[in-house]
Amino acid sequence: MLGSFLTMVFAAVVGLGATWLTLTRGVAFGALHIGAWTAWPKSGSVDIDPYARATVARTGELPIGTGDGVAFYARTDDAGNPFDGRCSFAISGMTPAARYWTLTLYDPEGRLVANTIDRHGFSSAEIVRDADGRFAINVAPRARPGNWLPSGAAERFVLVWRLYDTPIGVATRTTKIGQMPTVTRKGCS
Amino acid sequence: MISRAVLWILGALLLGGIVHLATVLVLPRAAKEDAYSRLAELTPVNALAPLAAPSAQDSIMPFMDPAFAVAVCRYDISSAPLKLSAPVSQAYTSVTFYTRNSVAYYAINDRAAGRRTIDLDLMTAAQHAQLPEEEDVTAADRLIIESPTTTGLIVLRALAPEPGLMPLARRALGAAQCGPADSR
Repeated sequence: MLGSFLTMVFAAVVGLGATWLTLTRGVAFGALHIGAWTAWPKSGSVDIDPYARATVARTGELPIGTGDGVAFYARTDDAGNPFDGRCSFAISGMTPAARYWTLTLYDPEGRLVANTIDRHGFSSAEIVRDADGRFAINVAPRARPGNWLPSGAAERFVLVWRLYDTPIGVATRTTKIGQMPTVTRKGCS
Repeated sequence: MISRAVLWILGALLLGGIVHLATVLVLPRAAKEDAYSRLAELTPVNALAPLAAPSAQDSIMPFMDPAFAVAVCRYDISSAPLKLSAPVSQAYTSVTFYTRNSVAYYAINDRAAGRRTIDLDLMTAAQHAQLPEEEDVTAADRLIIESPTTTGLIVLRALAPEPGLMPLARRALGAAQCGPADSR
């Protein structure tokens, strides 16, 4: 009798605990990793897996549709250092083929982070590039020359790179998609 | 005695696995704060409504792209199909269809639509099957989308490549129309 009661309690703890863990950590299948960036192209289609479906229902977001684009998320730099608003990070390089892209900075809950110049991201059209089309973005708490994305000294933040009108996720061979920009920590204050 | 305890633990783990899978599968139907529920308080049914841009203070949904003007047509096609007509903006426009449970089942952008307006008919599989064949032929230049659920969301997004172009993107979406097919 006691055995079956303990079993029930244990089962409930294990089951609900596993659900809570998977949904708060954003577990989903079919992840596409490039450097610090991760995308879940299937989440924008009817092939979305049950975990991603439950996560989306819990957070209240609308995943970007596959025919629209694909979103890459980063929570750390290339070396695995978590994004900390007191540190500055440099993002540079090239992006995979897309008609437009946007880069946006959020807090871990998906809210924009307040800052003095009211800038929360860049689009491919407004970024300042050098002569060969390369760009560098400085994510930092204090003003920087060039493309400065203020992190507002948020304790933790998330960067989301969205590629619009891109073959990624639509094409079957998603392995050959080229590069994503590198992310390097430049120091902390 | 030990083997008995091991059996209890195995049984508990198995049961725990079932509880886990059941909760994951049920959650999308039970969620009260999902996108549709949030928008149900802010938008009418079968009509287009512009959404407030996300800011640091307030955002209707998490992880909204602030570079886009967004309008939503929250639909209920249980009684009649729906017509959507969206003129494309200068930069980039997309239309995404979501089920009641936030599954993006169809998305198209201006280039794929290949014309100056994106014209779509939304209906259930049953309504599609009832379409007279003639109408199906004349509608060849219109795109027919089948919705897996009778309610859901159509989300129109127009890109403002730089913040100064946001009024233009909003205006482009303001010219879009969404409503029951028979009322026009």
